[in-house]
Amino acid sequence: MDINEYISSGILELYVYGSLTEEESREVTRILNQFPEVRTEVEEIEETLQNLSATIAPSNAEDLIHAIKRKLGNSSKTIVMETRKTNNLPMYIGWAASVLFLLGLFLMFNKNQELRGELQALQVEKAQMESQIANARLDAEKSKGLLTVIRDKNIIKVPLAGQAVAPDAYATAYWDKATNTTYIDVKDLPEPPRGMVYQVWSLKLEPLTPTSIGILDNFEEDENKIFALENTNLSEAFGITLEPAGGSKSPTMEQLYTLGVVSS
Amino acid sequence: MQQDKLIEELQSGNEKAFSRIYELYSQSTYGIIFGIIKDASVSEEVLQDVFIKIWNNASSYNPEKGRFFTWVLNIARNASIDKIRSKDFKNKKLNLKSDIFVDILESKSNFFGSIDAIGLQKYIDILGPTCRKLIDLLFFQGFTQKETSEELQMPLGTVKTKNRVCIDKLRAKVL
Repeated sequence: MDINEYISSGILELYVYGSLTEEESREVTRILNQFPEVRTEVEEIEETLQNLSATIAPSNAEDLIHAIKRKLGNSSKTIVMETRKTNNLPMYIGWAASVLFLLGLFLMFNKNQELRGELQALQVEKAQMESQIANARLDAEKSKGLLTVIRDKNIIKVPLAGQAVAPDAYATAYWDKATNTTYIDVKDLPEPPRGMVYQVWSLKLEPLTPTSIGILDNFEEDENKIFALENTNLSEAFGITLEPAGGSKSPTMEQLYTLGVVSS
Repeated sequence: MQQDKLIEELQSGNEKAFSRIYELYSQSTYGIIFGIIKDASVSEEVLQDVFIKIWNNASSYNPEKGRFFTWVLNIARNASIDKIRSKDFKNKKLNLKSDIFVDILESKSNFFGSIDAIGLQKYIDILGPTCRKLIDLLFFQGFTQKETSEELQMPLGTVKTKNRVCIDKLRAKVL
């Protein structure tokens, strides 16, 4: 640090005035203790200011010390005696009033905090409701779309019956040849175990050739459990197997959950 | 160094140290108080209160936070400002003509004639209007640098450097 620059910056004057923040003042004190030239400078500034203000004093303050010492003597001894004798009722009332006032303040503060908390909770709730409504609206639109698909007469419905591993399982494939899309409704399939996914296969029967048409990712999150998959194959049957996450190249036949043949 | 020892003694409740502190600081403290209150008898009252506070609260002075003089200065300013805001002071409806300390200097030199006039005049002569205002706000009124910059519509850095120039001028004459 350039000490001369520091001195001439004017910070030391502000330090003596007391117009720096506590942190800044502490910093100056540290520097002052380190550099004697800074200390000398501060002492000179202080002396100048003392001189200036002393000149303004209306009279000599010297004699007042006796009055001050008298007061100091009194305050330590006699005042205690006096206060005991005099009627303290107004003082007690004053104290009581301030205690009540503080209590009131405290209660109001508490109430305020409480209300603030409630308001915040309500706001959160409101936001949640709003997003629920938005979601519901989205779902409704999706359902409407699915309904038109299912009702479409050009769409082939293929029921997929449960197989040996999961006799209760059931799924339906809706095959729209015009758009090469197959919708798979898997509402009645159990949730896949962790790390496993359902994979949908388009099958040709003679000879048996499976072609993957997609993996049912996000099975848990999808509420209506209907997945749209692209299917450009000339499918003769659809099957769903359970495969490790990411899917497999060819189906694990032991884990064949449902199977259904396209009736033509 | 001797000063530090004196303050330590004051803090441990040594009455002699208190008397010495009074000798060293009472006149300038009185000036600060009068610079704010501008009434001699009320200032006298406040000066007494200030030194009673110095005695009673000496232990709360922390040298790391600043100069002892600055600590005293703060007590004096606060007590004076409290006083002029108090009801009984307002009731007196003091008609204060002078706004800043330099006016006091001037009026004093007018009233007391030759006695102090030369000593006082030197301050008045060297301080231009900007310096007077700066020293009044920062030193007497205890404004922060920022408050001063707003009051005088002067950039923050200028307050610092300009004030330094003002104090330098005083030092050249006074010390």
